[in-house]
Amino acid sequence: MTSSGKWAVGALGPLALAGCINVNAPTEPIVIELNINIRQEVIYRLAEDAGNTIEDNADIF
Amino acid sequence: MRNAIARKTTLAFTAAALAIGGLSTAAFAQRDPAYAAARAAGQVGEKMDGYLGVVGAANPSLQRLVTDINIKRRAVYADRAQATNSTIEEYAFTAGCQAIAKTVPGEKYQAPDGAWKTRTSAPPDRDPRCP
Repeated sequence: MTSSGKWAVGALGPLALAGCINVNAPTEPIVIELNINIRQEVIYRLAEDAGNTIEDNADIF
Repeated sequence: MRNAIARKTTLAFTAAALAIGGLSTAAFAQRDPAYAAARAAGQVGEKMDGYLGVVGAANPSLQRLVTDINIKRRAVYADRAQATNSTIEEYAFTAGCQAIAKTVPGEKYQAPDGAWKTRTSAPPDRDPRCP
C-alpha cells in the first residue's frame, strides 16, 4: 500500500514539470485582420432585407 | 349594341392584361441575355463585397456590362442602406453573402481568400460572418 503510493508520487513528479507552459514570442510580426469593421451582428440584421432586395432587383443580380 | 359592349369589355380585358403584364415584368425583370450568358459561361462572378467582377481576361464589352450592373447595384445598396440605417459597405457585403449563396452550379464566386471558385452542388465557401 505504502510502496504503491510512493510510486504514484514518483510518477507524478515529471508530469507536474511537464505542466509548465512555455510561451515563445513569435519571430514573425502578428498580422491582425483589418476587415473586421463589418460586424457579424450588422450582417445578421440586414440579411433578410438584402435577400428581398436581390429578389426585387433580379435583373441586376 | 350588344356587340359594342362585348367589344368594349374585350378592350378593357386586353388593357387590364397588358397592365398586369407590364407590372409583372417590372417587378420580376429578368437578367439581360448578355449578362445571363456571361454568368453561365463563368466570365463574371459574384464578389464578396456585393458587386460583380470579371473572371479571367476582360474585354471592353464585358467590362462595360459589369460596370453598368455595379452602378445599378450601388444605387440600390445606397437606397437600402439609408432605409436600414447601415453603411453602403455593410449592406453591400450582406447582399454579397446572399448573392453568393444564390449562385447555381457552374457560376463563379469569390471565396474568402479572394480566389474565384466555381459553384458546385455543395454550399459555397463564404466569409464566416455570412448568415
